[in-house]
Amino acid sequence: MKLIGASVARLEDEPLLRGKGRFIDDLHMPGMLEAAFVRSPYAHAVVGAIRKEAALALRGVHAVLVRDDLLAYLRNEHMVVGLPSKDYKQDLNRPALPSDEVVHVGQPIAMVIADNRYIAEDAAALVEVDWAPLPEVGDCKAALSADAPKAHRHSPHNLVGEFTIGYGDVDAQFAAAKHIFKERYWQHRGGSHSIECRGTVAVHDGNDGRLTVWTSTQMPHAAQRVLCDMLGFDENAVRVVTPDVGGGFGPKLVFYPEDVCVAIGAMIVGRPVKWIEDRLEHFVATTQERDQYWEVEVAVDGDGRLLAIRGEVIHDHGAYTARGLNLPYNSAEQIAVGYELPAYRMKVRVALTNKIAVTPVRGAGHPQGVFVMERLLDRIARELSLDRAEVRRRNLVPAHKMPYQTGVKNRGGMAVVLDSGDYPRCQQDALDRIGWSDFPRRQADARKTGCYLGIGIANFVKGTGRGPFETVTVRIGPSGRILVHTGAAAMGQSTRTMLAQIVAEQLGGDMSNVTVVAGDTGTVATGMGGSNSRQAVLAGTSAHTAAVNVRNKVIKVASHLLEAAEQDLDIEGRSVVVKGVKDMRVDFAKVASAVAGTAGYSLPAGVEPGLEATESVVIDPMTYANGTAAAEVEVDIETGGVRIVKLVFVHDCGRILHPMIVNGQLLGGIAHGIGNALFEWMRYDEHGQPLTGTLADYLLVTATEMPAIELSHHESPTPLNPLGIKGVGECGVIPIAPAVISAVEDALAPFGARIARTPITPGDIVAMVTARAK
Amino acid sequence: MKPPPFAYHDPRTLAEALSLLGSLDDARLLAGGQSLMPMLNMRLVQPRNVIDLNRVEELSYIRLDGEFLEIGAMARQRDIEFSDVVRETFPLMYEAVRHIGHRQTRNRGTIGGSLCQLDPSAELVTVAAAVDATVIVASQLRRRKLPFAEFPAGLMTPAIEANEMLVAVRFPVWKPGHGYGFEEYARRHGDYALASAAALLESDHRRITRARITVGGIAPQPQTLPAKLEGRSPSEALFDEAAEACGDLEAMDDVNFTGEYKRHIAKAMVKRALHKAYGRLSKH
Amino acid sequence: MADSRSISLKVNGVAYQKDVEVRVTLADFLRHELRLTGTHIGCEHGVCGACTVLVDGRSMRSCLMLAVQANGHEVTTIEGVAPSPTELHPLQQALRECHGLQCGFCTPGMVTTLMEFLKDCPNPTEEEVRIAICGNLCRCTGYQGIVDAVLAVTGGKRA
Repeated sequence: MKLIGASVARLEDEPLLRGKGRFIDDLHMPGMLEAAFVRSPYAHAVVGAIRKEAALALRGVHAVLVRDDLLAYLRNEHMVVGLPSKDYKQDLNRPALPSDEVVHVGQPIAMVIADNRYIAEDAAALVEVDWAPLPEVGDCKAALSADAPKAHRHSPHNLVGEFTIGYGDVDAQFAAAKHIFKERYWQHRGGSHSIECRGTVAVHDGNDGRLTVWTSTQMPHAAQRVLCDMLGFDENAVRVVTPDVGGGFGPKLVFYPEDVCVAIGAMIVGRPVKWIEDRLEHFVATTQERDQYWEVEVAVDGDGRLLAIRGEVIHDHGAYTARGLNLPYNSAEQIAVGYELPAYRMKVRVALTNKIAVTPVRGAGHPQGVFVMERLLDRIARELSLDRAEVRRRNLVPAHKMPYQTGVKNRGGMAVVLDSGDYPRCQQDALDRIGWSDFPRRQADARKTGCYLGIGIANFVKGTGRGPFETVTVRIGPSGRILVHTGAAAMGQSTRTMLAQIVAEQLGGDMSNVTVVAGDTGTVATGMGGSNSRQAVLAGTSAHTAAVNVRNKVIKVASHLLEAAEQDLDIEGRSVVVKGVKDMRVDFAKVASAVAGTAGYSLPAGVEPGLEATESVVIDPMTYANGTAAAEVEVDIETGGVRIVKLVFVHDCGRILHPMIVNGQLLGGIAHGIGNALFEWMRYDEHGQPLTGTLADYLLVTATEMPAIELSHHESPTPLNPLGIKGVGECGVIPIAPAVISAVEDALAPFGARIARTPITPGDIVAMVTARAK
Repeated sequence: MKPPPFAYHDPRTLAEALSLLGSLDDARLLAGGQSLMPMLNMRLVQPRNVIDLNRVEELSYIRLDGEFLEIGAMARQRDIEFSDVVRETFPLMYEAVRHIGHRQTRNRGTIGGSLCQLDPSAELVTVAAAVDATVIVASQLRRRKLPFAEFPAGLMTPAIEANEMLVAVRFPVWKPGHGYGFEEYARRHGDYALASAAALLESDHRRITRARITVGGIAPQPQTLPAKLEGRSPSEALFDEAAEACGDLEAMDDVNFTGEYKRHIAKAMVKRALHKAYGRLSKH
Repeated sequence: MADSRSISLKVNGVAYQKDVEVRVTLADFLRHELRLTGTHIGCEHGVCGACTVLVDGRSMRSCLMLAVQANGHEVTTIEGVAPSPTELHPLQQALRECHGLQCGFCTPGMVTTLMEFLKDCPNPTEEEVRIAICGNLCRCTGYQGIVDAVLAVTGGKRA
């Protein structure tokens, strides 16, 4: 292996470092106009008349479009995007623009197209709307009470979905259990807040009727599908191109009303139209995660071994289905993954609220499931006077049981089978590195000086590489250059480098000879895009398989050209060489030309035209990465401030393709996790009005909040793909909140603190400290 | 988030600026822009006129004038941070300025802009209150001096008429060797202070002869701590006792934190500021 | 009628004279008028730092400046940092080697901020580096690679 496993230089870096990236707002086209949206200031209202005259009268305004203006272009005016599930009770798909009811603050109701964004905003402010406010559903628990107002006025109720997952005889386990503990948790996760907001540019070619849409998306093929469905176009008429994307983290995989409005706008005005989301819009118009309320019970034996868990969770879905029921499903499923749990039952109720739709943010519901399990284990440890690490050790799935069939299925209906990994070993590694056994003495010494230190630990197992496939084409053209096209989408996670590395490993080892084009539906017919920590596994596998196929073809053709046996050939740089013979070689260009076809001349025997392979390798079962986070914190009881003194993160993502990229993914994920534990809170009032509206209020972790982090890697290759790799993109997030919260609770043990929520604020901590003091 | 249309004026002299203020309707002064530009970008304000002060060089100065440090309204926070005369004569301000936002904020932000914004968390506002600064306000017709305690007319509202502007601030200087300490608690480095404390001490080597503790961030205006330290021997116990007086201070509830929490952390800031101030007292 | 001014300024050493509407921000002027799209817009309220440029060598948030305010001044953007089309500045090279960027959107603002910082503070501690960039938000890297890159360039040590 020359490249795989090495921290090779990234293809992406040079242009980005020079400021020569091409992000969506960097696109300029002749005649391009800019759009701004008129948005609902109400969480729930009837929309009456919309008067455009004053806006249209403004110099530089080209159009003001409302729903009626779009209808002629819409075969289907709703975005039908929900991941399939039998558990929906209501179908609530987003319209391009609403007809007469708005259901969340920020919902777009009209689009202005003008010479530039400045004028478009001037005009948007002049659009007059008759609003008739309606009662709002501001809280997902209240949403489910019998007398709650309806989030959609014509809905029968606010329950959008309901399901129970589980296995085994839960009630019998509880009846016979030595100990039963009950807990309630509130968990909140916030928004994406990629530093680049969303954006779309659409061009409609009046000559050939083709629509090209550039959009800052994680899933260009899905976007193409929705556009075709809504506009009544076929795939030949719509091309979606992904520019450089300044971070995605989940919400950019969603297709939005603004995207289809911009496309139709371009058709109406006959000029390219650009819309760039600003940060204030991102708070109200881009999907986010939000609240879950858990009530759970755990049954254990006298040794702290898990017997059963049962309970209920209420999950805030928002006002529409923009992705599916996958988020709460993942949370509930997660509890049964990683530890041996004989019986399980979790009832999930998914509630509508008058807030922006909820869809996954990095971690996708898995952090919440891990939080519940890890907090329950801490409770068990405390009640049974066991060491928190020891309780975990007794319950972790041990290595010798791999592959381990859990009792649950994932949201696609596939059995969750843990393919490889040594969870207890990872935990022990984390304990050693954080100094777990020595800590009580240090903690006691610190307390004598009025310093409150605490330590916490959390394990996780995360399904990665969600299938079924990703498409990759590898081609060598007569220029001799290797071209890789893929439906995978890049959003900063080094997709192009990853694919070039895997392909070049088979085809000469010269990454500078590889061009990767990702996220353009015009270059590959199928694709799924980025989510679920899937692209290294699925695109990587398809890239590897396609590269091997092309390699075999190259060798076959070269053996004809060199009149040498295939087994005597190798590929080095841009040529095929005869092993050990100095001057016998033929370069890629010649090989590719030999099979490009010359009129009237036969191809060499047994050889197909072209040097190309397209693969969409299907891998249905997910591959499970795992890890352990251990955190040491210092709590300032005078201010409630928490300082993370040290964080240890032990991780197993199977075979490591690129050490530096893996580290970067983990560190970036850890930052999100710290945000979830201590800083990120998207607040609303009881009327569904956002109270957090700027980055001054919504706290993203900065360089000074990041602790010293020690990473440790284990490699348990998976048998599920030829490279043995597992996904890593989300792993850093997942165990951080429970590890940090556990550590804070440990620090505040003298005050009898019990923390059943995330995030936790300094005000909460001071309240716990002063309550005890009273 | 683009600014709404406005007429733009960029005077070169104070006289021009005052003349514009006197004649224009609905005008906002643009100083460092770190407060006004976000408001314009978010269209929270939509003035008909913007008067840009950044070319009025005569408003940008820092000078020691006997027992006063006089700073022109357009002096950048960055220049205050790097000023030797500030560091030597008014180290409390030096320490406080370094908490203002980030380098990019301070490179552009001005003292006049900060004082006129009167954000409850603003470090310079707390510092001005701590030493009973005098603000100098001018219009085309006259100049007037205002004790800083009279400068706020309400929450984030200075007692300045529409045709007036703040042109300078005079800070009385404490004796050489005085003890000073500025402490604030913010969620992240550079964020708005949830509570801050500015402590100033003079002593005669045995007892405190002069003390002033000012708490900022927890109420619309900075508050002088009602603790009497003069005549007492400095000690940690005394400082703890003084900090308890925070319980008597006004504190605002907001979306994120209660007034009770803010008083609690104000206590911690007072203790830490006093501890620092005591440590820095010249003891010869 | 939109109020416009004629402004003269230098950007990355090149002199420009342009008419610009008075309300246009410096960020938008650089990006759309001069087509220097390396300076990025992330929040337009002065928090994220993605729009940071140097004005007369001092780092400033270009979303909080009007283009007309740059009249007569010298602006340095990310495009002006590398010494040539074939060479990178040592800080850029170090960011590359330390994986100090992933999506690259915050990177231009990080670089310009650090250019001023390293002039003022050529031998920073790790803590000083972190404080220097705490006004620049990154959602991808967790900042570690950026801190490593700065310490690599200055020969400093991880704490």
